[in-house]
Amino acid sequence: MKTFIKCTLATAVLAASVTTAQAETEMVIVSWGGAYTKSQNEAYHKPYMKEHPSIKIINDDSASEGAAKLRAQAEAGKVTWDVVDVVPDAAIALCDEGLVMEIDHDKMLAAAPDGTLPSVDFGDAIISPCFIPQIVYSTTIGFRTDKVGATAPSTMSDVFDMKKYPGKRALQKSPAGNLEWALIADGVATADVYKELATEAGVARAFKKLDTIKKDVVWWTKGAQPGQLLADGEVVMASAYNGRLFAAIEENKQPVGMMWDAQVFELDGWVIPTDAPNKAEALKYVKFATDTQRLADQSKYISYGPARKSSAALVGKHATLGIDMGPHMPTAPANAKNVLFKDVNFWADNNDELAEKFEAWLAKG
Amino acid sequence: MASNTEALKTADGISLKVSLQRSLRRKKRNALLLVAPLFLFILVTFLFPIFDMLIRGVDNKITQEILPTTVVALAKWDPASGQLPDEDIFKAFTVDGQVAAKAKTISRLGKRLNYEKSGFSSLFRKTGRQLKKFDPEKMTTSYKENLISIDKKWGKVETGSLIHRESGRYTKSYYLTAFDLTQNSEGNIEWKDADSSIYIDLFKRTLWLSCLITFLTILFGYPIAYLLATLKAKTSNLLMILVLLPFWTSLLVRTSAWIALLQKEGVINDTLVAIGIIGDESRLSMIHNSTGTLIAMTHILLPFMILPLFSVMKTINPSYVRAARSMGATGFTAFRRVYFPNTIAGIGAGGILVFILSIGFYITPALVGGVDGTMISNFIAYHISTSLNWGLAAALGAILLSLVLVLYILYDKLVGIDNMKLG
Repeated sequence: MKTFIKCTLATAVLAASVTTAQAETEMVIVSWGGAYTKSQNEAYHKPYMKEHPSIKIINDDSASEGAAKLRAQAEAGKVTWDVVDVVPDAAIALCDEGLVMEIDHDKMLAAAPDGTLPSVDFGDAIISPCFIPQIVYSTTIGFRTDKVGATAPSTMSDVFDMKKYPGKRALQKSPAGNLEWALIADGVATADVYKELATEAGVARAFKKLDTIKKDVVWWTKGAQPGQLLADGEVVMASAYNGRLFAAIEENKQPVGMMWDAQVFELDGWVIPTDAPNKAEALKYVKFATDTQRLADQSKYISYGPARKSSAALVGKHATLGIDMGPHMPTAPANAKNVLFKDVNFWADNNDELAEKFEAWLAKG
Repeated sequence: MASNTEALKTADGISLKVSLQRSLRRKKRNALLLVAPLFLFILVTFLFPIFDMLIRGVDNKITQEILPTTVVALAKWDPASGQLPDEDIFKAFTVDGQVAAKAKTISRLGKRLNYEKSGFSSLFRKTGRQLKKFDPEKMTTSYKENLISIDKKWGKVETGSLIHRESGRYTKSYYLTAFDLTQNSEGNIEWKDADSSIYIDLFKRTLWLSCLITFLTILFGYPIAYLLATLKAKTSNLLMILVLLPFWTSLLVRTSAWIALLQKEGVINDTLVAIGIIGDESRLSMIHNSTGTLIAMTHILLPFMILPLFSVMKTINPSYVRAARSMGATGFTAFRRVYFPNTIAGIGAGGILVFILSIGFYITPALVGGVDGTMISNFIAYHISTSLNWGLAAALGAILLSLVLVLYILYDKLVGIDNMKLG
């Protein structure tokens, strides 16, 4: 037994010395996988590892359960993630629970090339003190160009108009987004949507408007579904993430069109766990990955807009398709005429209650 | 006689009785040591997590942890009086709140209380931000007025009464929510409005769909298992591969295959339209509803019914049926009175297996279930990974667990668990 213990100890010491000799730090970055992680790999990870040969970035594709897994790791007292890609709702929840660290955006992130402070450059995108904004994406409406007749739908009221555009619609199975759209289609100005939705009458009004299309809606839960439903001809219109629609139109050349009216702007960004194993390295990494050039670079690989204002001018061509990415950004002026900013703080307060109402409404048949 | 027994000794001089006892004890200890790793494994990975989950469904230590002095002070206050709490309670809250705001834990409590009432999340976040800067030395008003100036909600009795209600070590609120119940401001338990109650219907639907799926798998699986058990080995082996092949295919692939088959523009509808059975306008909706869940889940769970049935049928001696026939029973009577009763054990085993598996299914219903084909597990998954309301997820899970246990006991009473055969 004694020899066994000695052997184990010797191996452990040896292993430890080997690790220090190489001085390589493994940094775990959690993201969504697929085309999205690929775009981050090309735009951020590869150039960063080139600059810092001692860092090895490990990709973990579990962002869809990021908040739940991070909480479980923290409860077990063993956090293994360094940087996590999250949507704002999760960033707020994790920040509330103290599971991710607060960021001093002006001190910890890179200023714009002209010296603009990050807090100004990111602006409203900093929705929580823990959140480091990365991209702006939008949920918008895609439609089958061969099934909507001569005039394509152009406003949100067209989506709710069963006479003008008969046929099924696919919408995300969640109250957020749909309630707002119902109010816009019912004539509420985009700027007043959340004021209206904060009242009981406003919620009732939204559900009443949704009632008018309820029997023609297919509800989707995974981001890949609406594109498939459109491609299969199951639905005439579908709400979808703009990047998915871009892929359907430009990469797969499907007869799909896109309507930008009342697109819902949403953000995606980084958070750093409070107990991240390589916190200092993680901070260095996010400073690099969210500078003006890097954010612009990402749009070469995926049609999501950079979250900094200063990056907009640097958006170039798609890396493989060679098309100008500027006009495909949700933030492009031509697309962003009527935009709804998703109010994450409203949803942080009301999601529990409205999700129950939404499910009960769905079940009523 | 006594001296005789004493005389019985082993070679090394110990009495035979003691020696026998020793060797039996050693055997027992060895057996225990052999199962110990498995027992520990189950304890750590199965029993302990389940116990932890059961605790989570009632656990509420968060309020006492974050507002230790407020909870003590609040105990003296009677929310039914309709009066706002006294100044010393507001002072206690300010002191606790300042500590919690500096430790960044105050908004955790806000998130917890937001499950009970919308708006608490932002109320606590906002209050925490203000309290962090607050300096009692420079205060010109009372603690009560100071908090009300931060947010008007602090001036309402309901705010205090909710904290008062949820200040105990344990809470029943998760279980109340799981049964579509709620507590009103007087603390009475009442049913939720119809426009926000969902869980009871979901439990009913989950049980109903699972029963239906179990019945369908018996209906389809029985003849196949019979064929497998009675055909020549060469043919039945081939058939067995056909049963097992989908079993080895990924669940997601099989679910997606059903989407391609069943959808409006899918293979089945296209064929029906092409041969003129239905018109192009009246294509059948077989997916994104409970029909989709039924079809896809029945197919996915079929092997779990066929395999136990097959293994039981394999052991039935064919001469039983022959004997019945030779004594004048018709083919149907021989099946009903002789063959079928022999297969009950297989039906029981397969039925329990399929039923328990289908009660916990969530990927397939999420993809093909639409609105009326989703099950309670979809909501447990939602509360675990999206809304992060683990207390409610635990309560729903515990209710599901006890439902399964009740059904298991019922089964034992009706059929007898000893009659179950898995192979």
